[in-house]
Amino acid sequence: MTARRAAGPLLVILLSSVALAVLDASGQAFWQGLVINLGLFIILTVSLNLTSGFTGVFSLGQIGFMALGAYASAILTLPLQEKAAYLPNLPSWIAGVHFDEVVGPVPLGFLAATLIAAVLVSGVAWLVGRVLMRLSGHFVAVATLGFLVIVRVVLFNADAFTRGSRTFSNVTPYTNLWWTAIWTLGTVYVVWRIKRSSYGRDMFAQREDRVAAQSVGIRVMDPRLLAFVVGAFFSAVAGSLYAHFITSFSPTVFYFDLTFRVITMLVIGGMGSVSGSIIGAILIVGLGEALRRVEDVTLLYGLSSIVLAVIFIVVIIVRPAGLLGQREVPLDRLFDGRWWRRRPGPRPDPTPEGDQSP
Amino acid sequence: MTDYVIQQIVNALSAGSLYALMAVGLAMVFGILRLINFAHGDVMMIAAYLAVFCIGAGLPLEAALVIMVVGTVIVGLLMERIAYRPLRGGPEVAMLLSSFAVGQILQNGTLLTTRLAGKPTLIAFPSPEQLSGVITLGTITVSKVNVVSFVAGVVLLGLLTLFVTRTTLGLSMRAAAEDLDAARLMGIKVNRVVATAFAISAALAAVAGFLYAVQAGQINPYMGFTPVLKAFIAAVIGGFGSIAGAVLGGYVLGFLEVVVTALAGIGDLLPAGSVPPEVRGFLQQWLPSSLASYRDAVVFIVLILVLLVRPQGILGRRDEGDLE
Repeated sequence: MTARRAAGPLLVILLSSVALAVLDASGQAFWQGLVINLGLFIILTVSLNLTSGFTGVFSLGQIGFMALGAYASAILTLPLQEKAAYLPNLPSWIAGVHFDEVVGPVPLGFLAATLIAAVLVSGVAWLVGRVLMRLSGHFVAVATLGFLVIVRVVLFNADAFTRGSRTFSNVTPYTNLWWTAIWTLGTVYVVWRIKRSSYGRDMFAQREDRVAAQSVGIRVMDPRLLAFVVGAFFSAVAGSLYAHFITSFSPTVFYFDLTFRVITMLVIGGMGSVSGSIIGAILIVGLGEALRRVEDVTLLYGLSSIVLAVIFIVVIIVRPAGLLGQREVPLDRLFDGRWWRRRPGPRPDPTPEGDQSP
Repeated sequence: MTDYVIQQIVNALSAGSLYALMAVGLAMVFGILRLINFAHGDVMMIAAYLAVFCIGAGLPLEAALVIMVVGTVIVGLLMERIAYRPLRGGPEVAMLLSSFAVGQILQNGTLLTTRLAGKPTLIAFPSPEQLSGVITLGTITVSKVNVVSFVAGVVLLGLLTLFVTRTTLGLSMRAAAEDLDAARLMGIKVNRVVATAFAISAALAAVAGFLYAVQAGQINPYMGFTPVLKAFIAAVIGGFGSIAGAVLGGYVLGFLEVVVTALAGIGDLLPAGSVPPEVRGFLQQWLPSSLASYRDAVVFIVLILVLLVRPQGILGRRDEGDLE
């Protein structure tokens, strides 16, 4: 990437950082919380886009990975005293583990716990994916939904680790604006790089036409599995950030409502577009928050979900490919030479356009 | 011991009937449209609410049931017309996504309505007198609602079989499931066939919803989620898209659940001296009583195994499973 092409994205990052710094200094807890929430949803939507949008393998199990990430990292960072008090039945090999070191302003333990949790969850995703990625179409949706249910049942019943249906609380609130921003940026960068890589092109190719892709030697399983595992990694990161943001949670959060919320963001933004996912997340988080306020005033609880679902149906009827399809916002051309020399002409999009059907 | 086994069999048949009623609805729609109708469980939930409303209004049970079925069928038809028909012929996943949204609308619409009516989220279901109590045959005691569920399932599924084999509309429905485009070329009115499939599946879901609510004793706007998941499993086990397969899958699932529940903790339950201690130890280790709470996880693992080993299900054909 040349310096000029990097200039657009870097400018956006710079402006966002300034905005974050202002927000951080302002002490507006409500807006800080909203932005952290938005960051989490961007991570979830972008990683679901990798798993489902790029490959056409429709996964409903992503929130299961998020849940595993949340619980795993929360167990790891819980200080020893709290662990003894809240999770007295933990097996001894994990009861003595505590990732609560803080070096200066940096909670290194939290970073390590997040990474460990995400790697563990990726391992689970690899095992599950090796089995499930063989399926396609509707069946993978049902099977991954099965995975979500299994995770939920296990979380509810593994009392020694999760306190079962009781709230898992007293998690140290490590997650702040900066952690969320860094992980969000990392997720977007990695997924965007994957889209532009040969793996990404394999994913899109087997999504558009599996037989044609196979006939020119493109593997089907490998790119699907890669997308599934990397998507699970970042979902687990989102789970860890969520756990250390909300500080107390129970298995009920990680279920179908959240799954559907993320799918809404993905589909509205466009399956296959990283910037589309970001836009989708911003739109739905913003709209959801506005509607929630309307609910609080009018006491018409349930209204926001209905409005969002209606918008969702209208979008898939009127604009089935979402706002952006699989195109990207051309940030990298923001500073292209139009001002002092001729534009190098429209760059051919390496990913095939046209029929969006998986 | 025999009594216990018979009671468990009745439980399995009763649960199986409800799963079969739900699974058939899913399978009919899937067979024609290739749509997994996620909102099917919420259609069932709507039926339960309609029943509560009618019974609460003091209507006799028969009238309440008629209104419930008619109302649910209307909901099913509206759902098809508004949320699925415009998407027909589009990407495969679009209708599936739309059905999630329909489910959200039905759930939250119900939640909103109950709130506006000043009712709590969780409502006790007024179990009608005709269905409460137990039937005693000699030493065997089974609850009446279980027997009624089984009989209702068998009768309705029998009627459905007559419909799809003996009537022109039923025949066109099967033709549409076989090959939608060819059926259209043969002059079959696809819209009518699809609407009929949704109407029948909603009616069956209504009956299942009513019986499910009687068994559970309470209803809430989210009650449809677990049954629809079970119905998916039943339909997949039997062979998605096949009506007979869905019925079979429903009963297989009913038995599977009862077996998992009955086997959990069996090591502790067996009378002393009936098995050698090693066997008991083995059973206690591998089938602990806590297994019962993992029942849903176990049936989903079975589902995933079926999808992998025999994706076309018990009665499906190979080309039904879109695998590589």
